[in-house]
Amino acid sequence: MKKFLFLSILAVMAIGLMANTTITIKGSDTLVRLGQRWAEEYMKHNPETVIQVSGGGSGTGIAALLNGATDICESSRDMKEKEYKMAKDKGIETYRVAVALDGIAVFLNEKNPINTLTFDQLKGIYTGAITNWKEVGGVDARIIVYSRENNSGTYVFFKEHVLDEEDFSQYAQTLPGTAAVVNAVSRDEYGIGYGGIAWATGVKFAAVAKTAEDKAILPSNETVSSGEYPISRDLYWFFNGKPTGELKNLLNWALSEAGQKLAGEIDYVPLPKERAEKNMIQ
Amino acid sequence: MKAHESTISYGHDLLATNLEFKEKTRGLIPRGLTLAAVILIVLMLGVIMFNVIIGGIGIISWEFVSHPPEQGMEEGGVFPAIFGTVALVILMVIAVVPIGVLTAIYLHEYTSPTSKITRLIRVAIANLAGVPSIVFGLFGLGFFIAFIGGGLDWLFYSSEGPVWGQPAIIWAALTLALLTLPVVIVSTEEALRTIPRELIEASYALGGTKLQTIIRIIIPQALPGILTGSILAVSRGAGEVAPIMFTGAAYYLPYLPSKLNDQFMELGYHIYVMATQSPNIEATKPILYGTVLVLLVLTFLLNFVAIYIRSSMRKKRAA
Amino acid sequence: MPELVFKPKSKFWEFVGAKIISISALSALIGILLIFVFIFKEALPVFTNSEVQEEASLDKMTFKQEYYEGREAKYSWQPNSTVPKYSLYPLFLGTIKAAIIAMLFAAPLGIGAAIYSSEFASRRMRETIKPVIELLAAIPSVVLGFFALIVLATFLQNVLGLTFRLNALNAGIALGLAVIPIIFTVAEDAMTSVPRSLREAAIALGANPWQVSMTMVLPAALPGIAAGVVLGFGRAIGETMIVLMASGNAAIVSASFVESVRTFSATIAAELAEVVFGSTHYTVLFFIGTLLFVFTFAINLGGELVLGRIKEKLQGRTQ
Repeated sequence: MKKFLFLSILAVMAIGLMANTTITIKGSDTLVRLGQRWAEEYMKHNPETVIQVSGGGSGTGIAALLNGATDICESSRDMKEKEYKMAKDKGIETYRVAVALDGIAVFLNEKNPINTLTFDQLKGIYTGAITNWKEVGGVDARIIVYSRENNSGTYVFFKEHVLDEEDFSQYAQTLPGTAAVVNAVSRDEYGIGYGGIAWATGVKFAAVAKTAEDKAILPSNETVSSGEYPISRDLYWFFNGKPTGELKNLLNWALSEAGQKLAGEIDYVPLPKERAEKNMIQ
Repeated sequence: MKAHESTISYGHDLLATNLEFKEKTRGLIPRGLTLAAVILIVLMLGVIMFNVIIGGIGIISWEFVSHPPEQGMEEGGVFPAIFGTVALVILMVIAVVPIGVLTAIYLHEYTSPTSKITRLIRVAIANLAGVPSIVFGLFGLGFFIAFIGGGLDWLFYSSEGPVWGQPAIIWAALTLALLTLPVVIVSTEEALRTIPRELIEASYALGGTKLQTIIRIIIPQALPGILTGSILAVSRGAGEVAPIMFTGAAYYLPYLPSKLNDQFMELGYHIYVMATQSPNIEATKPILYGTVLVLLVLTFLLNFVAIYIRSSMRKKRAA
Repeated sequence: MPELVFKPKSKFWEFVGAKIISISALSALIGILLIFVFIFKEALPVFTNSEVQEEASLDKMTFKQEYYEGREAKYSWQPNSTVPKYSLYPLFLGTIKAAIIAMLFAAPLGIGAAIYSSEFASRRMRETIKPVIELLAAIPSVVLGFFALIVLATFLQNVLGLTFRLNALNAGIALGLAVIPIIFTVAEDAMTSVPRSLREAAIALGANPWQVSMTMVLPAALPGIAAGVVLGFGRAIGETMIVLMASGNAAIVSASFVESVRTFSATIAAELAEVVFGSTHYTVLFFIGTLLFVFTFAINLGGELVLGRIKEKLQGRTQ
């Protein structure tokens, strides 16, 4: 047993010595699965590079970028003015690239009779103005609102675009990841949640309409790619300065046909080809 | 017996039986209630362990403990988390045991129980034991990473990005060492108290210096207690998550920690992230339960060993 | 028998050895001072920096704020907002609610079990109960949090028909499980330390076992039991992982115990990763950490003082 441990430690150290470049990727929980798969694939073709990926929320990634603790920040939202200013103060030249698309889906429990919601209704539910399902045409029951922690890019995006910067209801349960939100709604008949469309099992999507007159659209790869689905967004990678060397190679690979195809396979929405090519660094 | 005496004795018997009855029943209700408390506690402990065992036993296998996670934590094993936990506590023990033991020896051999410095140290120990674990996490971030790590970077590595001023296994280990220091000190002190004073006095009488006595007599005699303390510290350190969340633990790393400034995967942290953030909770549930089972088994095993050593030490003292 | 032959050692090494030992011994003291200094240092801007005070002065963190013109003033914790809100009141309320539930659950069980163990149980039973309680104490808090999240929450929701699955009650019960061993250990210790003379006096006067307990032991042990409860409360206030996983983490201001809560410690754990070093949010989190530290420090100091004084009384010694 001791020998095995010793040998394994030696082996591991040997591997550690062999690896030349380490790339750190941190940030969005929405993006983390994609980042991990990209890292896995890329490392298969480039064994001298070691990429470590962790989540924690877009805010975490941005903070890490500003603190100098990561090479790539994954974010499901753009940086705020405050953050751009902080970066500048710290001498960090932020470089932003869209690497995939995403739609924020509204999750409903499969037993819920409601299938469509408008922006106004969503805003009312999430700010606490609307508290009962019957107010939006459903059963007479309290709406249990599931939300994300405030370091989530999804949280911030939802707040900006659906809530018009209003505060979430204090009764919104904050969960640490889209997965937790999906999990919660799948077990809660009266629950409602939101999150990236790449994650839904056991829940159904609500068709969302911007106003009562608009057609309600279900989120899908097509509707997000075309922009039809009203809560669509870019998923970003932020760098400190224009990426060079191994970082540049990784970025270009992710934006390549192979990388984007992989994204599509794990339920992310790939960028339209022209955009992907435009984002690559020559 | 004369008549009135027999009446008295009869009365006595009656009273005695009465009292006996009252005695038995008066004690019964509190006895029953408190026994209920004990049973309830045992029951809850049983429910937890039962639930974890049933949920996790299916997935425990050699593959589980020797393979890394695959397919987004839905398959594979938890070897890197086990490796990381072991590496972490080894570093922690190297840091905490010498300091803890020396502190206990100081309190036992170098000072009197009433001196001011002794009291101060004891107060510090007691309070260290009560500091919330997240505060240790803040401390690890603010002191080890920002101050010491940042300072090292500024002194030696100002050109590159952060080398030491970032989450690393060494900082996590040192943070945990501070957290478990009271455990080691208390256990060692308990062991020191079992050493017969005559042995120590004999050593001094034969011309041994304080240091010689400590090295040749005291430490060897206190070894069971030191061992107990180390084991309890390891058990505690392997289970704490809040102190390592920001000082080095990571959810998915493609490599095992091999340098002191590497990050690491860890069982407790893995459980936390998997339980709250995994994409497909049904698919990861078996692995989640399995990981919990591994951590629990590890913890309980360590505690059993420590309890055994401690009780045999106590029996030796009583003898 | 260890070999009691001493070769003459140099005075120099003796001196060095003694110095190393005394410096190590100060580690606990230095440790706790460092913790306070470094956490407070990062929280200082709350008192000194005007930019921080614009959003999070002491006043703003304590009292109702009118965040938007014309709307009613309220307590709100929403640090990520165009108008950041840093009221500590919802967090304070959440912490207290969870801790109260924990104590209501843990104190009767812990004290009850301690009474049984010390007053009614046979020697064998006592030696079985103690390890069981130690096993409960050994369970890492992340495992308790996991259990509360996955099993207890569903159980409570089904049995009580609750609207919110993750709530203060859920977290409170799991917290209680973590606190029971503390209360039990201190209370049981207090009761078994009551001098035999007191017990024997009561027996001589004709009391049955329960009367002995009720009239002699419990009153004598009361300060110790109270100290155990106080120390348990300190633990309940500071515990992180259980509330992080099981309480719902919603900063709600209400009196209900079946709604979600957000505690101080869980807030730090959930938000620390996303703060930029030096920002207002960062400062406020460290300020919360300082509050936690100071509060648990005071509680522990109080508890230890009481226990110390009891020991003096019972042992007739001035310590």
